[in-house]
Amino acid sequence: MSDINNRIRNILTKEDFEPIKKAELEGDLIVRPVVNYWPDVLRRLMKDRMAVFCLVVILAMILLSVFVPIFSPYSFDQTDLLKSNHSPNSQNWFGTDRVGRDLFTRVWYGSRVSLGIGFVGAILPYLIGMLVGGVSGWFGGWIDMLIMRIIDIGLCIPPMIYFILIIVYFGGGPFSMILAFAIMGWMGAARGFRGRVLQFKNREFNLAARTLGASPMRIVFKHILPNITGNLVVGLTAAIPAAIFMEAGLSYIGLGVEPPLTSLGKLSADGSLVFRTYPYQLFIPGTVISLIIFSFFMFGNALRDALDPRLRDLPAKERRRLRK
Amino acid sequence: MKKYIMQRFIISLFTIWLIATICFFLLRALPGNPFLSTTIMTQEMVDKMMRYYGLDKPLVEQYFTYMSSLLQGDFGYSLKYAGRSVNHIIRTTFPISAQLGLQALLFSIPTGLFFGIVSARRRGKKVDTFLSGSTILVISLPAFLIAAILQYIFALKLGWFPVAQWRSFTHTILPTIALALPLIASRTRGMRTLMLEVNEQDYLKTAKAKGLGEGKTVVFHQIRNAIIPMITGLGQEIATLLMGSFIIERAFSIPGMGAYFVNSIIGLDYTMVMGLTIFSATFVVFANFIVDLLYGIIDPRIRII
Repeated sequence: MSDINNRIRNILTKEDFEPIKKAELEGDLIVRPVVNYWPDVLRRLMKDRMAVFCLVVILAMILLSVFVPIFSPYSFDQTDLLKSNHSPNSQNWFGTDRVGRDLFTRVWYGSRVSLGIGFVGAILPYLIGMLVGGVSGWFGGWIDMLIMRIIDIGLCIPPMIYFILIIVYFGGGPFSMILAFAIMGWMGAARGFRGRVLQFKNREFNLAARTLGASPMRIVFKHILPNITGNLVVGLTAAIPAAIFMEAGLSYIGLGVEPPLTSLGKLSADGSLVFRTYPYQLFIPGTVISLIIFSFFMFGNALRDALDPRLRDLPAKERRRLRK
Repeated sequence: MKKYIMQRFIISLFTIWLIATICFFLLRALPGNPFLSTTIMTQEMVDKMMRYYGLDKPLVEQYFTYMSSLLQGDFGYSLKYAGRSVNHIIRTTFPISAQLGLQALLFSIPTGLFFGIVSARRRGKKVDTFLSGSTILVISLPAFLIAAILQYIFALKLGWFPVAQWRSFTHTILPTIALALPLIASRTRGMRTLMLEVNEQDYLKTAKAKGLGEGKTVVFHQIRNAIIPMITGLGQEIATLLMGSFIIERAFSIPGMGAYFVNSIIGLDYTMVMGLTIFSATFVVFANFIVDLLYGIIDPRIRII
C-alpha cells in the first residue's frame, strides 16, 4: 500500500495541483454566438429561395382568404341574375358564375373553407394519433396489444367507407369532413408515433429522467417529443395538402360541402359543368388549389432537407440536386 | 407458409364481415328512410313499400336475412332503381370501372418505372430536373383539373379524341391518361428514391467490383432490388385507383360504379350502398392479401412462415 502511495507521490508533484492562470483559460471560451438547432433550421430554410417563395405564397393565400370576404363589396352567396356568367372584368375580377355571384369573393371564401379543412383535418388526426400512440408505446403490455390490433383491423377497411358512413350519418359539410379525416388518419399517425416512442423510450437520457423521478407525461412531452418534432412537422406539411386534395375530390363527386357554402373543390365542380363555354370558372379555382398544394409540397420538401443535419453545410441548390 | 396464408385469409374474411356489420347497423341508424327523400308519397304508400322490402321487421331479423343471402352471393334488390338487383348493377358497371383502372395501371407502371430509372441514372442532369419538376407539377393538380385540361386541349381545341362518354377504344384514351398521370408521377418519384437508395448498398459495390458490366449491374442488381418496395404500395394503389376513378368517371361521364355509388349514398339506397361497399371492400382487402403474399415470395429477406 505504501509502495503505491510513494509511486503516486513521485508522479504527481505539488505543481500539478496549482490553478492555471486566467489568461490560459480563455482558450476554451466560446466567442461566437451559439447556434441552436431550430434557429439553424430556420436560417437554412430562409436561404432556400424555393422555400421562401412557397412560404410567401401560403401566407398570401391565408391572408387573402381571411380578408377578401370581409372587405369585398359582394358576399359569397349574393346572387345577381342580370350579371350571370360575366367574364373577368374590372368589377368582378374573376368574373361571375351562372347565378351572378362574384367569383373573386367566392374563390377566397372557398379557399378559407378548404384551408380550414386542410389545417384542422391534418392536425386533428395527428393529435389523436400522438395521444393514442404515446399511450400505446409508453405503457406497452396488453394496452399496446389491444390498441395495435384495433389499428390493424381499422387500416384494412378501405378509407372510402369511413367517408361514406360519416357523410351519410352527419351529412356533407366541413365538420363531417374533418371528422372523417380524423377517423381515417389517426391510425397511421398512432402507429408512427408509437414506433418513435419505443425508439426513444429506453435511451440513456430517458433513463436518466426516470431515475430523477420525472413523470411519464413529462418524459413523453419534454424528452421524447423534441426528438421527433422535425419528423412530425414534415409529416404535417404533407398531410395538409393531402387533406385539401381529398376535400376537393369529394366535393367534386358531390359528397363534400353543401351549397350555399362553398370550397375550392365545390367551385371547381360547379365550374367543370360549364367549362366548355366559360373555362375561367373552372381554371381559376383549379389554379388556386394547385398553387396551394404545390406550395405546401415544395415547402415540406425544403423543410425536410433543412431539418436533416447531414445536409447542413451544402447550399440549397446542391441539396436539391442530391435530394433523393 | 400454409398456416400464414390460412391466418391471413381468415383475418381478411373477418375484416369483410366486420365492415358489412358496421355498415349495416350504421346505415339503419340513420334518420329517414329511402322512400322519403325523393318522390312525394303518402304515409300509407311508404309503409307498404317498407313492408314490401321487409324493412318493417326487427333489425336483428333483417340483419340475419341479409347476411344469409350475402353468403350466397346475393346483394338483394336496389330500393331506388326499381326491379334491378344490386348484382346486376355491379355486373354491368364494374367491368367498365375495372377496364379503366386496369388500362391506367398497365400504362402507368412501365412508364413510371422507366422515368424513375432514367431520372435516377441521370441524377442532377437536365433530364432529371425536367422529370422532377413535371412530376411535382402533376402531383399538385387535382384529378378533375387534369381531366379538364386534357379535354380542353385534346378534345375541344385539337379534336383528336372525343370529349366524353364510353363507346369505343378512342373514348377510353383520355380518361386512361387522366387517371394514369398522377400514378406515373408518384411512381417516378418513388422509383427514383429507391434507385438512389440501392445505389449506396454494398452488394452493388460488390457487383461493380467483380467486373460486372454497367447494364447488367443496373438491370439485375439495382432495378431488381429497387422494385421490391414498390409492390407493397400496389394494394393501396388499387384502392386509390377506385377512389380516383370516381372523379374521372364523373369528369368523362363514364357509366362506371362511381356514379351509382354516390347517388345511392345520397338517396339512402340501403341495399345499393351495402352491396357496393362490401364489393369494393372485398376487392381492396383481397388485393392487400395477395400483395402481402407476393411480397414474401419476391423478397427472400422477408420470411413469412
